Amino acid sequence: MDLQGKKIKIHDMSLRDGMHSIRHQFSLEEMTNMSKAMDQAGVPLIEVTHGDGLGGSSLNYGWGRHTDEEWLDAVVPHMTQAKISALLLPGIGIVKDLERAVDHGISMVRVATHCTEADCSAQHIKAASKMGIETVGFLMMAHMVDEKRLVEEARKMVSYGATTIYATDSAGYLLPDMVSSRISALKAEFGDEIELGFHGHNNLSMGVSNSLAAIEAGATRIDASLAGFGAGSGNTATEVLVAVCNRMGVDTGINLEAIEDAAEDIALPIMGKPTRISRDSITLGYAGVYSSFLLFARRAEEKYGIDARTLLVELGNRGMIGGQEDMIDDCAMELAKAKGLL
Amino acid sequence: MGKINCALIGSGNIGTDLMYKLKRSEVLNPLWMVGIDPESDGLIRAEKDGMKITAEGVDGLLPFIEEDEVKIAFDATSAYVHGENNRKLAEKGVKVIDLTPAAIGPFCVPSVNMEELLDQDTQNVNMVTCGGQATIPMIAAVSQVQEVEYAEIVATAASKSAGPGTRANIDEFTETTKLGIEQVGGAKKGKAIIILNPAEPPLMMRDTIHCLTTEEPDQEAITKSIHEMVETMQKFIPGYVLKNGPVFDGKKISIWLEIEGLGDYLPKYAGNLDIITAAATNIAEQMGQKINMANTVIANEMTNDASSTQEGL
Repeated sequence: MDLQGKKIKIHDMSLRDGMHSIRHQFSLEEMTNMSKAMDQAGVPLIEVTHGDGLGGSSLNYGWGRHTDEEWLDAVVPHMTQAKISALLLPGIGIVKDLERAVDHGISMVRVATHCTEADCSAQHIKAASKMGIETVGFLMMAHMVDEKRLVEEARKMVSYGATTIYATDSAGYLLPDMVSSRISALKAEFGDEIELGFHGHNNLSMGVSNSLAAIEAGATRIDASLAGFGAGSGNTATEVLVAVCNRMGVDTGINLEAIEDAAEDIALPIMGKPTRISRDSITLGYAGVYSSFLLFARRAEEKYGIDARTLLVELGNRGMIGGQEDMIDDCAMELAKAKGLL
Repeated sequence: MGKINCALIGSGNIGTDLMYKLKRSEVLNPLWMVGIDPESDGLIRAEKDGMKITAEGVDGLLPFIEEDEVKIAFDATSAYVHGENNRKLAEKGVKVIDLTPAAIGPFCVPSVNMEELLDQDTQNVNMVTCGGQATIPMIAAVSQVQEVEYAEIVATAASKSAGPGTRANIDEFTETTKLGIEQVGGAKKGKAIIILNPAEPPLMMRDTIHCLTTEEPDQEAITKSIHEMVETMQKFIPGYVLKNGPVFDGKKISIWLEIEGLGDYLPKYAGNLDIITAAATNIAEQMGQKINMANTVIANEMTNDASSTQEGL
């Protein structure tokens, strides 16, 4: 693989997808410390929101320790070069949440829908474009559709005003050739007009390989997070991706030692235990299930005595998609009733 | 007494499903179907069924309101055009049942506040949203027992059952449902989440409700209240099923519903259509009966007048 001379922007997820690892409980001080370390290491883009995006703080997804605005205020004023983005899932967050986030200093929003439901993002992408912030269309669970459908949905987001499109592997299911075919199809459709990105989960240990496949196929934005903190087995580890990019001659603009220190000295002590690929998270990637279901399935296992893997596979079979965390307990109760446990 | 003539405005999923519900009504007669696209499936079906149709929007209906004695109109267009539609219909003395999230009139969730609204005799009532019609009765069932500090709902509908209007204005769903949770459900603070699931075959509508009570929940009384409300709902939505719960966890009460539709227009998975069209039919029938009763009173008075005159002679 020859990636020599390519230039990419790494978008760090520690302060958004990383929220899933700790049930959205970052303190303001932790947010400040992590974001400052990343900014100083040269990370160009950092996402700051509840794990489920603006307005995600809820009984369904877990209360945030702070509001999105408080978290943004702990980060934005300290940035010397990094741009701050927010995530917004239509159906959960609304345009009013976005307006507040813009008031609190975001300069980019990533509007995320399931990979077949892009037309639910029209309102939010149009509003964001009007507010003059950079707008990204984020197509989640991209493994569930073929290239043709992904391009169709991306076209809708572009028509509303998105200037970057992501193929998002929310389940950590994709293998490198599947990433490659998806990004290539988007590249063939949009050429250089639209920037392309890839968001991976490391459930099958494909984080770095998939990111390289995406870069080769034309993606210039890659999501990653410090020490890989994120839903499931987390995202691609930022420091590992930077090291590999350095070896392959891909310019990330990030200082390797500084980002390693940020991961090791700052992120790791906050998170408590390192991200690892467990049998449950392998199941997410293997069965194609939304990565944030992991901790919910483990809690349901404890509560109802149904093996988390059995539960995750069943949720996959039932076609559950991102945001349907409410169906985990429901499904566990049903399985428990069938086994006479409830 | 004859049936009350009604007009259906909006020939999309909701309008068309409503047409089938009204055709079975003993009180209401769906006379007009109003659309903007002559090719729309709803208009074609309505014409085949012998209804009068126009593809000119509300303006195409207005000239016929007096002559056809249209008393009640259902608006299933979008929040953006509802205001204008309502203004034009109100001028002609038509009562309007709003199935968009425009929320100009008071919210109506029949199993919770229909009597109150009938007493007020308002010109316009708003049917909240499909998710609101499904979940607000459950929240009310809890808040009727004790104070609800916070209520949150997750409504999941099959992608195929959500038309372009819903998709383009998804914030209106979220915000209107939240307001309904507070104003009719009785929660001090509400939140609504909507998910569209594209699975094939399409999944049945699902709704999850979480309530946080201010004080420790009275489990027995709340459970009883929820079961009673489910029974009330099943009278007009037979497929309204309590799948799981109530589950009590500290002050949190969780309820999981499944709503199977009657399969009038879209197949049975689209319970999200039925829940709102059945609720709209429910309140409209009550309004229709009131109009009929008022007419009877007038007719009787006229007869009495006539007889007294005769006696005077």
